[in-house]
Amino acid sequence: MKNKGILEFWVGLFVVAGVVALGVLAFKVAGFSGGEFTQTYKITARFGNVGGLSTKAPVNLAGVRIGRVTAIRIDPDHYNAVVEMSIDSRYDNLPMDTSASILTQGLLGSQFVGLNPGGDEIHLEDGDEVMLTQSAVVLEQLISQMLFSKAEGGE
Amino acid sequence: MNAIQQLGAWTLGSVARWGRAAIFLFQTLASCAWVVRRIDLLMQQIFSVGVLTLLIILVSGLFVGMVLGLQGYNTLVDFGAETSLGMVVALTLTRELGPVLTALLFAGRAGSALTAEIGLMKATEQLAAMEMMAVDPINRVVAPRFLAGVIAMPLLAAMFAGVGVFGGYLVGVSLLGVDAGVYWSGMQEGVDLYADILNGVIKSVVFGFVVAWIAVFEGYDATPTSEGVSRATTRTVVNASLSILALDFILTSLMFK
Amino acid sequence: MSKPLLEINDVHFSFGANEVYRALNLRVHKGQVAAIIGPSGCGKSTLLNFIGGRLYPNSGSVICDGIDVTSLRRNALFEFRKRLGMMFQASALLTDFSVFDNVAFPVRQNTNLSETLIRHLVLMKLEMVGLRGARDLMPAELSGGMARRVALARAIAMDPLLVMYDEPFTGLDPISMGVIVKLIREVNDTLGMTSLVVTHDVREACTIADYMYLLGDGKVIGEGNPDRMRESNVPDVRQFMNGLPDGPVRYHYPAPDYADDIIGGPV
Repeated sequence: MKNKGILEFWVGLFVVAGVVALGVLAFKVAGFSGGEFTQTYKITARFGNVGGLSTKAPVNLAGVRIGRVTAIRIDPDHYNAVVEMSIDSRYDNLPMDTSASILTQGLLGSQFVGLNPGGDEIHLEDGDEVMLTQSAVVLEQLISQMLFSKAEGGE
Repeated sequence: MNAIQQLGAWTLGSVARWGRAAIFLFQTLASCAWVVRRIDLLMQQIFSVGVLTLLIILVSGLFVGMVLGLQGYNTLVDFGAETSLGMVVALTLTRELGPVLTALLFAGRAGSALTAEIGLMKATEQLAAMEMMAVDPINRVVAPRFLAGVIAMPLLAAMFAGVGVFGGYLVGVSLLGVDAGVYWSGMQEGVDLYADILNGVIKSVVFGFVVAWIAVFEGYDATPTSEGVSRATTRTVVNASLSILALDFILTSLMFK
Repeated sequence: MSKPLLEINDVHFSFGANEVYRALNLRVHKGQVAAIIGPSGCGKSTLLNFIGGRLYPNSGSVICDGIDVTSLRRNALFEFRKRLGMMFQASALLTDFSVFDNVAFPVRQNTNLSETLIRHLVLMKLEMVGLRGARDLMPAELSGGMARRVALARAIAMDPLLVMYDEPFTGLDPISMGVIVKLIREVNDTLGMTSLVVTHDVREACTIADYMYLLGDGKVIGEGNPDRMRESNVPDVRQFMNGLPDGPVRYHYPAPDYADDIIGGPV
């Protein structure tokens, strides 16, 4: 009660320090740059095999992240996987014949979706589907293929 | 026969206690509206619950961060992945150690003090005297302390994680020679604002709520003797710590699928 | 005489299996100092809790100033308590506050008076108990007797209708005790209050009380002014008033026959 001013000063300082710490975590640690995902549009792509792709995986164009995978589900009619991606609205001029492939960061890294733009005049809009896709490369299949071809070649 | 009877008595006792704790929580939450009109009381409690806990949190955070830097580096360097050091340190701190260790320290430092204070006020009839002076002790004593705990916890956890990241930087970058840019960019690459930071904050709010609830309830429910108060204080630390760890498991399994 | 300020009508109360009151009846008139005496553990403090609405009897009514306390809802109860003063056995001063702030506490909480007015009021009450000079001390710095006087000043801070004293004489040295005895009487008469003193100190109770009730066995077993109580022929009253070790209240806790107990030994 007596040193009310000092007390209020410390509490104020405490709250400021706490908020600053939260800010550091958000901007410095998480690299939050604000507004990155405020304006997005959704596109989908079908893959025969998504491999180890997970939601929130990056969607890259020429190696630069322009979006994220938001959902992965099975199309029960065609037995293939539908990957839903949200793309930053700043890049709304992707050609209709853009292809999507599931790639791996490094040899054993996590997987991401890489977009490869085509040359069509029409652009992908919200809800459109990317028609050209390339499934994930599954390392085990690759190795077994290689072994089989070796075995055949050796005969 | 006797054992069965004891089990029954224990069960009934526990159920009654849970009931009291739940009613008490509702009363406290209802009283929080009253506290808004008495910010000075809240200030005082944030001071004793938050500011006085700050030092131990900052020191612990720094050391934990340094240990993470050291251990992380030694493990990662074997795989040539020391570029991920920043990410490892930051993820560990924001997801787990920040909220959990802060809550444990908070329970030991502030929670026990809250219980002892309220328990002693009860034992010396101060709470009864307030009631007789037409002042509701839940408004006046319990709610400001509870609210201060809920407010202070996430701020303390954030400071813990922030200082910890800096501690990791000290060891990893300044001492062991990881590149500073790589440390930060690896961190920013791997840490997500919503999935990691926000979930960590949610965890610390939940922990703050639970620790503050346990602490004020144990104090208010304490047997009004010196032995009763000391037992209540012990119970606060034990129950709060167990609740934190159990809740952490539940929250983690819900958040990070 | 006019209608009593406090009426306890046919109160029954049990604490678990322990029956504390069966058919308790008592009346306190306005302006009186009434003393409730009785052996330790006969539930005297429980009675004060009924009046303050902190406990409810199983049946019966507690009527104070025409209000049935047992029927009050929360808000009405808090409103009612503003007109009660209570001095606790352990003084129950708020340890974080100075003497001044302790006495000011009920006034600040329950009224919107200006700080100047509160200051006048608090200093007046402190002057009355002779502790105006101690206003800046903290409760930890006070002796037991002084703490009791501060508690008294706080109990009368709101000028209550009824002041209740829970064991006001326990654990005090003779001088402090004399001071408290004098204060209770003085406060009651000068401020026109009604006082209810719960105590087991027969001598002090006789000095200050206008009317006494002796509790025992869950009901009133003797009542009257101090002179009548002292001259009573009822065995229970005589035993308590004169402090006889054995009487209707047995010296021995109920036990099997001593000889049998010793000869029998553990089976």
